[in-house]
Amino acid sequence: MALDQELVGRSYPPSAVYEVGRGKIAEFATAIGAADPVHRDADAARAAGYPDVIAPPTFAIVLTLEAANVVLDDPQVSLDYSRVVHGEQRFTHHRPIRAGDRLVATTTIEAVRSVAGNDMLTTRVDVATEDGEAVCSATSMLVARGAA
Amino acid sequence: MSRLSVADVEVGTELPERVFPVTRADLVRYAGASGDFNPIHWNERVATEVGLPGVIAHGMFTMALASRVVTDWAGDPGALVEYHVRFGRPVLVPDDGVGGEVTVRGRVAALQDGGRARIDLTVTSRGDKVLSLARAIVALA
Repeated sequence: MALDQELVGRSYPPSAVYEVGRGKIAEFATAIGAADPVHRDADAARAAGYPDVIAPPTFAIVLTLEAANVVLDDPQVSLDYSRVVHGEQRFTHHRPIRAGDRLVATTTIEAVRSVAGNDMLTTRVDVATEDGEAVCSATSMLVARGAA
Repeated sequence: MSRLSVADVEVGTELPERVFPVTRADLVRYAGASGDFNPIHWNERVATEVGLPGVIAHGMFTMALASRVVTDWAGDPGALVEYHVRFGRPVLVPDDGVGGEVTVRGRVAALQDGGRARIDLTVTSRGDKVLSLARAIVALA
């Protein structure tokens, strides 16, 4: 089923606050094999000019994947989730995510397209501190493969 | 480590190639760390039921491995300010005691205003291109 063009620009209420912990950053860094001490050692991070340990560049997915689920839960978004694959991903960082950040994620539908029977949905999740400082944006394009 | 200087970079500079082995244990660990528990990344039965040849790596895991080539080269994980990939073929991770692999190569494709460099990445698994339009923008010192 084609997605309605009127969905483009739709924005959802902000997520609950996600508090970034040093342990979670270290866990994620270990999972991707990132050995840089700035992910684990606050002194090393400060020596590199950061207030606390920083997250690897794709860490934002921990928050944004869940935040973007508000789109799939929208009854007006008729996307067959069993056929969904991740098509594209983009991160734009205004600064690295760091331990102690209290982050809020706001999801917006950026584009919908249908190509060759496949529905494509692009969502952008803007991540900011609860005080309103922009931290990063994560843009995901999901493809729902048409029935064969 | 300290951040690479713009003076040390020119268009055409090649980043050191890296080969990352990928095992099922890596995928389970990534699932836990990222919160993406889609069973196609750890359950052979579910993966084959949805038409895949077997368990595949999270696209985001492959994207993360490729980012390490950029951030290790740049000397600072905070230097990567923009990062885009398109997911093509999946990275198969068989449960055969060996697993799969991801090979990442990178090249400085352009220098931009403000001391930024665009890195174009070539990411393959067993010779197949698994990411396309994989590009990172790095803020240099």
